[in-house]
Amino acid sequence: MEAFVRHSGLVYPLNRANIDTDQIIPKQFLKRIERKGFWKFLFYNWRYDDDGNLRDDFSLNYPEYQGASVLVAGENFGCGSSREHAPWAIQDYGFRVVIAPSFADIFYSNCFKNGILPVQLKRDEVSQIMDRAGGGECYLSVDLVDQIVFDRTGWSATFEIDEYHKNMLLNGWDEISVTLTYDDAISAFENQQN
Amino acid sequence: MSQPETIIEKIWKKHVVHQEEGKPDLLYIDLHLVHEVTSPQAFEGLRMNSRKVRRPDLTFATMDHNVPTIHRNVIKDAISKKQMETLEENCEEFGVSLADIHHPDQGIVHIIGPELGLTQPGKTIVCGDSHTSTHGAFGAIAFGIGTSEVEHVLSTQTLWQAPPKTMQVKVNGKLGTGVTAKDLILAIIAKFGVRFGSGYIMEYTGEAIRDMSMEERMTVCNMSIEAGARAGLISPDEKTVQFVEGRRHAPKGEEFEKAEKEWLALATDEGAVYDSTVEINADEIEPQVSWGTNPSQCVPVSASVPDPEKVTDDEDGVRRALEYMGLEPNQPIESIELQHVFIGSCTNARLADLRKAARMIEGRKVHEGIRAMVVPGSFAVKQEAETEGLDRIFMEAGFEWRSAGCSMCLGMNDDIVPPGEHCASTSNRNFEGRQGNGARTHLVSPEMAAVAAVEGHFVDVRKYTSAAERVI
Ligand code: SF4
Repeated sequence: MEAFVRHSGLVYPLNRANIDTDQIIPKQFLKRIERKGFWKFLFYNWRYDDDGNLRDDFSLNYPEYQGASVLVAGENFGCGSSREHAPWAIQDYGFRVVIAPSFADIFYSNCFKNGILPVQLKRDEVSQIMDRAGGGECYLSVDLVDQIVFDRTGWSATFEIDEYHKNMLLNGWDEISVTLTYDDAISAFENQQN
Repeated sequence: MSQPETIIEKIWKKHVVHQEEGKPDLLYIDLHLVHEVTSPQAFEGLRMNSRKVRRPDLTFATMDHNVPTIHRNVIKDAISKKQMETLEENCEEFGVSLADIHHPDQGIVHIIGPELGLTQPGKTIVCGDSHTSTHGAFGAIAFGIGTSEVEHVLSTQTLWQAPPKTMQVKVNGKLGTGVTAKDLILAIIAKFGVRFGSGYIMEYTGEAIRDMSMEERMTVCNMSIEAGARAGLISPDEKTVQFVEGRRHAPKGEEFEKAEKEWLALATDEGAVYDSTVEINADEIEPQVSWGTNPSQCVPVSASVPDPEKVTDDEDGVRRALEYMGLEPNQPIESIELQHVFIGSCTNARLADLRKAARMIEGRKVHEGIRAMVVPGSFAVKQEAETEGLDRIFMEAGFEWRSAGCSMCLGMNDDIVPPGEHCASTSNRNFEGRQGNGARTHLVSPEMAAVAAVEGHFVDVRKYTSAAERVI
């Protein structure tokens, strides 16, 4: 997995609460057996019209948000199904950071397996970003080592993250390889169970 | 005596393989259920790294999300077909048992686990599906995982998990006649919201829960994820033991007697302390209908759709939901006209659910203009229902009678609700587009769905009589 240390990029604000994984990627795109290529289907029902053309009234399609890599959303982002296709689509589209006041548990842990940093900020901090990014042209930097989000104007906010996930991302570790070093402990556990 | 503990702590402790400061616990997984949609990339990962499935004997696969529920021999959708074939190939290559589309054990993964006796008290159970919480009804810690975690469990039979916080959801009193387990869980989510369980494993306790059958307990635990909790469970009792006894994968003879003692000992100790507790009175709950686009947006059937001007929270969300649902503020729930009725899903497609729905429609007809469908949760449910003649009751009333699968719960196969049409559904999610692009889902109990099919709109099931009562 690609390591994540720090990232700077254009912010895309999506000011809605309870964005569920059916919105992030609708089920008709879960039939694929690959991990790649999901960027096209991100927010599909919002992004495209019935004929499959990009809708010009959905903000992600606005010219000012092209190239965005920091997604900012409302409460409870990623609720609903456990589909990892959701973070795959987000990552594949080009987002490296998702900022929200709160995340659904499964989505939150799925992010770390895919090199995406989910950042939980306070409600008012998120609304400050929403306000500033509403007109486009808002860039943010995120530093995982110092656990801080900041911009060039001096605005900043710190965030919490547990050590385990932080180290995973900083080092780009493959979790399975790490766990396999505990093979003896797992075998011992199995023997004792029998 | 040792410190009183909750069932959650007891099961957790028994499964910790490795514990270390600053890390989550390495937790052993006793049962891994696999289906076609969230597994192909996981098996591919194993292959790319030349890894094996560590415990094929603790892994069990089926096909449910994608399968057609009609004309099973011709799968029209080439990509769905490919996904099913991929699961077959993967199971064969990695030595995993599979109940494929023609297998008598096939069904929705959360229905067949308990049916086959794979689901047992005290186990840790995972599946690449968020409704894995269903299995918690047996007193197991069961939760949904993503595909990377599926790969992790296939390869190591473990997961890194931070010890959960514990929450008691205490249901006092008794549910009234005509008020079901589905109404209870919807009312809980309506009262406390879609996030209150986040970060917790919930234990449902109280008189109303004790009174419930195992099927009803599964309905409650199923929707824990809709409250934000990854897992919800219920301490085992005699009903749990009886349900498991004699099932194919359950322990037998002396082994069973030993297991029974262990299972009953798992129940939360008197005086155990939870990190948090919420309470609700069962007596006050009425049959529920969801009007919006998340499961907390539901009200009693006798009520009306809310007015965004008068809500105290998330006014925009309410407005957007009403717009999507094509509903007017203050519109009575009973006035919502329906075009579809779906009885199915891992929430409400067990035999008991189908029996209850059938009782309401026996001798009646589906209302003109309504397309109504029953999709049994498993092949076994379908067969038992047919032996009892439930299929005839449904078909004579004008319902379609299908083969087992997820079907219209998420509309990955051909069973979808067209844009702008309303569906009374016994499933668990009313998200935008869930049952089809632009589909308008209303979550209800099987009984409520059945009477809605007859009337063409919602009615209070308590004012309605079942076939048995009509005879009297
Ligand atoms: S029935 Fe619906 S909720 Fe249940 S596993 Fe299938 S798709 Fe998921």
